Amino acid sequence: MNPDYILTVHGLTKSFSGVKALDQVQLNLRKGEVHALMGENGAGKSTFMKILIGLHTPDSGEIFFEGSELKASHVSEMLKKGISMIHQEILIVPELTVAQNIFLGRETNGGLFGWIDEKKLNQQAAVLLEQMGVSISPTAKMKYLSVAEMQMVEIAKALSNDARVIIMDEPTSALSDKEVATLFSIIKDLKQKGVAIIYISHKMDEIFEISDTITVLRDGKYIDTRPAADLTINSLIQLMVGREIDSLFPEPTGHKGAEILSVKNLSRAGKFSDITFEVHAGEVLGIAGLMGAGRTEIARAIFGLDAVDSGEIYLKGKQLIIKTPQDAIRQGIGYVSEDRKGLGFIPGLSVKHNITLSSLPNHARGLFIQDKSEAATATKMIADLRIKTAGMDQKVMYLSGGNQQKVVIGKVLLASPDLVILDEPTRGIDVGAKFEIYKLINRLVSDGIAVIMISSELPEILGMSDRILVLSQGKQTALLSKAEATQETIMSYAVH
Amino acid sequence: MENLLKTDRNSTQKPYKTRIRGIGRYGIFIAFMLICLVLSVVTPKFLTVSNLLIVVTQVSINALLAFGVTFVIITGGIDLSIGSIVAVTSVVAAMFAHPDSYPVIVPILAGLAAGLLLGAFNGLVITKSKVPPFIVTLGTMTIGRGLALILSKGRPISNLSDSFNFIGGGQLAGIPTPIIILIVLFIVCSVVLKKTVLGRYMYAVGGNEPAARASGIQLNKVKMVVYTLCGGLAALAGILLTSRITTGQPNAGVGFELDAIAAAIIGGTSTTGGTGTMTGTLIGALLIGVISNGLDLMNVTSYYQQVVMGIIIIGAVVLDSLNQTKN
Repeated sequence: MNPDYILTVHGLTKSFSGVKALDQVQLNLRKGEVHALMGENGAGKSTFMKILIGLHTPDSGEIFFEGSELKASHVSEMLKKGISMIHQEILIVPELTVAQNIFLGRETNGGLFGWIDEKKLNQQAAVLLEQMGVSISPTAKMKYLSVAEMQMVEIAKALSNDARVIIMDEPTSALSDKEVATLFSIIKDLKQKGVAIIYISHKMDEIFEISDTITVLRDGKYIDTRPAADLTINSLIQLMVGREIDSLFPEPTGHKGAEILSVKNLSRAGKFSDITFEVHAGEVLGIAGLMGAGRTEIARAIFGLDAVDSGEIYLKGKQLIIKTPQDAIRQGIGYVSEDRKGLGFIPGLSVKHNITLSSLPNHARGLFIQDKSEAATATKMIADLRIKTAGMDQKVMYLSGGNQQKVVIGKVLLASPDLVILDEPTRGIDVGAKFEIYKLINRLVSDGIAVIMISSELPEILGMSDRILVLSQGKQTALLSKAEATQETIMSYAVH
Repeated sequence: MENLLKTDRNSTQKPYKTRIRGIGRYGIFIAFMLICLVLSVVTPKFLTVSNLLIVVTQVSINALLAFGVTFVIITGGIDLSIGSIVAVTSVVAAMFAHPDSYPVIVPILAGLAAGLLLGAFNGLVITKSKVPPFIVTLGTMTIGRGLALILSKGRPISNLSDSFNFIGGGQLAGIPTPIIILIVLFIVCSVVLKKTVLGRYMYAVGGNEPAARASGIQLNKVKMVVYTLCGGLAALAGILLTSRITTGQPNAGVGFELDAIAAAIIGGTSTTGGTGTMTGTLIGALLIGVISNGLDLMNVTSYYQQVVMGIIIIGAVVLDSLNQTKN
């Protein structure tokens, strides 16, 4: 055993639903390194990490932590041993304070009836946060913090646990550039202190900026481990998908047609004001802007999820009064939410039932669902969108993120929309599946559908949009043509 | 591209998880059969046609209530008012069921209307006020009990027509009418849940309400229908009860809502919404009936029966949650 390694894993295997999620996976993690774990969705990264923090028990394989074999299989035991995870969906108790969250479950040594010394905990929390160089009050209620601040608190929590291995799953997905920089400087600090970090992200530039070593998984199998310096974006993608991708974005195929949607002076107090734009059949309108610029809020308003205070919405020249999502869907507007779990699908329903949910009356005679027609439609859509599932009766909660996204898109498409609003359509989705979503967008466009695509990823906005609407603090600051748009111009308008 | 084109390796194989779930779903049925087996060994009287007919007849009222409350629980709600709806229906139906007054359809429709109205009232308040269903139906429970006492002036209404008493006390081809009513309504409710748009929407609303709304489902409409339906089924249970005891009884149905909810939960309906089946609920109701009948036959007093029933309810939910965490 190499003493440099703080954590070594080999032969790790785990099956779900008769499918091997992990097959003989290995990992060697050094002290004080940032080790990126890369792979497409469904490659087994999440399962692997869940085993490391004791959420799943492996079928076989060995895990050695600081030289001794790990047999523990419970989250609290793994925490005691020094392995912590910062989850993609941040797990906090919103009504408790920062300090209370940091020390949750470890408030005293006296068990359930021990006396909590809030003062002492607040002091300890303040010291921790200070060491990290972040200015968050230990007594602030968690719910008033920004996502970035919540993440810092999670890291503080891990450190207070004396974590020697911290797993970060998509830690930057909701962070601004400035916040990412803060996070990275904290990570570098942690490295200095000998903490090893397993870093999971789909953002290539980040991976190359922060990681020392990269391990690639594909289809649940271990592919390779290499120093980050020996890889390029292209060679890494090749390892991840097992093939070469010549371009990140497919060639556009749409032809601009008639005006589909026109929005005039749309306003919602405190969220956005005076938004005016139109979208044509066969084009992609990108909406860019920083977090909180009002992008999602505009989409929600057009789709009838939130009310607007003033302004007009026209679809194919006809003014619409949209009060509910049902109105919007009936009029031909489809919305794929950024909040896939919250608004996208019903986890306990099958792929088939989710796909037909918005168009169920089309598959019913009177009150009764026509099983055959429904199944045929679902089968076709599953094949069409290449949804990877054990069958159309598989519950959507068991699918990978990318496939869940496809189910949601399938549902929206079945309601035959003229306009589709895609809000962060590739968030948390890996490269290969991203490319498929892009191709899908192009297909929609060439079928004459108008597309609005909201995204935080500038390369995606630039690669996919025909025109780009830039928002800043609820106001539109620019409407750029493809020729005018560069990352720099968009950013300059976004911080206007 | 080939790894993306490829469909799932095991697409032909039935998923493992579905199989485990399958066992879980049949678990309650297996438990039911085992208990029946034990009872038929312990008390020879249990496994006789006449006793079984008695059991199912007794179960029918609770089962009807449980069907209704299953709809409600699947949408993520709860209805505590059904016991009181039974009482209101009982009184209203009895008022129109005296001999030589109205044809038998009149008390049935009057009772049904009363139940549907109270159910619709629940639905209306829940959808318009956003007050939790627990609170709203708790209020309706008290209102209903009061209405029943007001309408009957606090006294039981007896002297009902023979044709009305046939509903709960008669036989068709040797089978007690409550059993026939039970079977018919079981089929109707199963079809509603599994085969209709409404049923699918119930699962969607209970499974993830915001996503159901974003999918274009009118939440209020679904909830309105579901609570009204539940009130209607409670009314049918009330009519059945009134006819069986040949009396309109304002004090009828006290605590019935709890037995009905218990039957749904024993039958695998999740209290958090989104899952549940009518078959499960029916077996849940039968299980409760069989156990109480078996304990009767073994001369166990009703005091002990309540303890046993409570243990079974908790046991069923514990088993269900163990089954879920295993996955």
